[in-house]
Amino acid sequence: MNAVFSFARLGALLIKEFIQMRRDRITFAMMLGVPLMQLVLFGFAINNDPKSLPAALVATSSDPYTRAMVSALQTTGYYRFDHVAQSAEEAEFLMARGDVSFVVTIPADFARRVERGDNPQILIEADATDPAVASGAISTLGTVAGQALLRAQGTQDAAREAAHGQLDVVVHRRYNPEGVSQYNIVPGLLGVILQMTMVMMTAMALTRETERGTMENLLAMPSSPAEIMLGKVLPFLVVGAVQVVVVLVAAKLLFGIPFVGSLTLLLSSVLVFVLSLVLLGYTISTMARSQMQAMQLTFFFFLPSLLLSGFMFPYRGMPGWAQTFGEIFPLTHFLRITRAVMLKGAELPAVATEIGWLVVFVALFAGVALVRFRRTLD
Amino acid sequence: MNAIDVRGLVKRFGGKTVVDHVTMTVAEGEIVGFLGPNGSGKTTTIRIMCGLLTPDEGDGTVLGFDIRTDALKIKREVGYMTQKFSFYEDLTIGENLEFVARLYQLKPVEQYVARTLEELGLASRRNQLAGTLSGGWKQRLALAACIMHKPKLLLLDEPTAGVDPKARREFWDEIHRLADGGLTVLVSTHYMDEAERCHRISYISYGKMLATGTVDEVVKNAGLTTFVLQGPRLDQVATALQGRPGVDQVAPFGATLHVVGSDRAALEKVLADVENEHKDVTVTPGKTSLEDVFIQFMSGSKDNMA
Repeated sequence: MNAVFSFARLGALLIKEFIQMRRDRITFAMMLGVPLMQLVLFGFAINNDPKSLPAALVATSSDPYTRAMVSALQTTGYYRFDHVAQSAEEAEFLMARGDVSFVVTIPADFARRVERGDNPQILIEADATDPAVASGAISTLGTVAGQALLRAQGTQDAAREAAHGQLDVVVHRRYNPEGVSQYNIVPGLLGVILQMTMVMMTAMALTRETERGTMENLLAMPSSPAEIMLGKVLPFLVVGAVQVVVVLVAAKLLFGIPFVGSLTLLLSSVLVFVLSLVLLGYTISTMARSQMQAMQLTFFFFLPSLLLSGFMFPYRGMPGWAQTFGEIFPLTHFLRITRAVMLKGAELPAVATEIGWLVVFVALFAGVALVRFRRTLD
Repeated sequence: MNAIDVRGLVKRFGGKTVVDHVTMTVAEGEIVGFLGPNGSGKTTTIRIMCGLLTPDEGDGTVLGFDIRTDALKIKREVGYMTQKFSFYEDLTIGENLEFVARLYQLKPVEQYVARTLEELGLASRRNQLAGTLSGGWKQRLALAACIMHKPKLLLLDEPTAGVDPKARREFWDEIHRLADGGLTVLVSTHYMDEAERCHRISYISYGKMLATGTVDEVVKNAGLTTFVLQGPRLDQVATALQGRPGVDQVAPFGATLHVVGSDRAALEKVLADVENEHKDVTVTPGKTSLEDVFIQFMSGSKDNMA
């Protein structure tokens, strides 16, 4: 007859939760269907390195140099010239309307200047309202344009020789040589999807009991805060496990994400991550007075964690204070772990710090939830 | 030892004193009715007794356990039936009872559940979802769930609200059967007929305990005099009597008029006038009912909620 914790009482609560979960068919279907839908939708939709962007060409001459330049830009895959503007004004208008992302202007005297060796110029205007759109396209420009010109002049070999002995920059795109966005997005989605469902479902856990009036009864019966907490939280650990399997299998089958690391390591960090999420949700539910409030608190948490965790925007690109702030989200640490383990094949020592962070979150949330839990109706 | 022995309980919510120095004792095996108007503090007092609320002032014991420090022990020995149905509507009757049995660590679960279902005539509805039950059956399930662990004290908060007369009758028969077995019962209610089925009653109004004792004692201590008027055009007589000195209540009952007052001499004087004015109206002494007493209490106590 332990007053603080009894497995028999925890068992009672767990059985009850599982029956309720089974009866609530729609929620149950959502918990399994939503991850898959989101994975497919976002996995295919999100692209950090957009290609085949609409571009307008303003060129008055059709000499070989100009043609070589245009075809070189086209072969990068970034530019799709589907507008030929007659004037700079027309091109300006196309960009203002958002019809094109780039305007490439090749001046009439381009060929003459090339032949004269007189510092030829072309103008590429990019719509930088969304800087991410243009970055890939612009980054390839320097080399592509230079090579195209040399090729057109037939002096490629000479140029290579000239370049000899100059600074040689070797770039390796490690872990993702082709720069496939999905390799970055899909492991991240695993974390985001888990966060969505786990936090939201558990945030409702206690408030639902309060709203239905069953809390009064539950408190009047001999059940301790720790039992109630685990009774609410553990069933979702099972749901989370199912979601993880669904997402990982889909990642492999649909997106062919390379999986180089240890599955055991990944799954054990997922376990800690999910535990931190359900406890966070439960903590929210000890603070909220109604399901509506719980929902609002959850969303209040979601947005910064999505934006600052490194899922949407590069973590390293944020100012120092924002990076520090980003550390308070379990998602931030989990993203590092999944990307490291799935793509880089990292072993435990490489991700131990991040897992340690997650353990700290688990302890912290559990502690706060137990303190916050109202044993009485006061 | 008294099953309930609390002194000077005070509970405030915000600036409002909901329970104001309530002292109450309930002996073992007693059925005590807890009466009072809506918002008088009955539910709050009961919640303090079963450890769901901590009192701001006052102390006491329930089943010998301190209400401030031994809430968990009290919970094991008390059966509390909430005013609003508070079992799981998405669980069946059987599943709800199994849940409660496991929570109280009753072994073997199945035996307890089966016996409880049998005793309360719920066996045939075992697999019905609680949410689909009618008021009477919900109440029966709630009672079943809170007596399954064989508590020594039952706290029932308006258990028969919204239940039909037959189900109410059966419910009270069950309460008396349980009390015969040694169970102590504190039951809050609005119904006078239910109050009369209790061994003792306590009347609380706006947080203050106003009267306590057997029904006869409470009626007698209230010191009210009641006269019954019969005759034609009683409605006019009633209007004429309203507000006259000595007349506290004028209430029509079928073809008669009940006139109640606390000052017997003043009341008799007024009624003598009535007999003179209306020759065909007869005045006979009547029996003061519990309801008359409660109406008197309610109009006499100040509303601290306003």
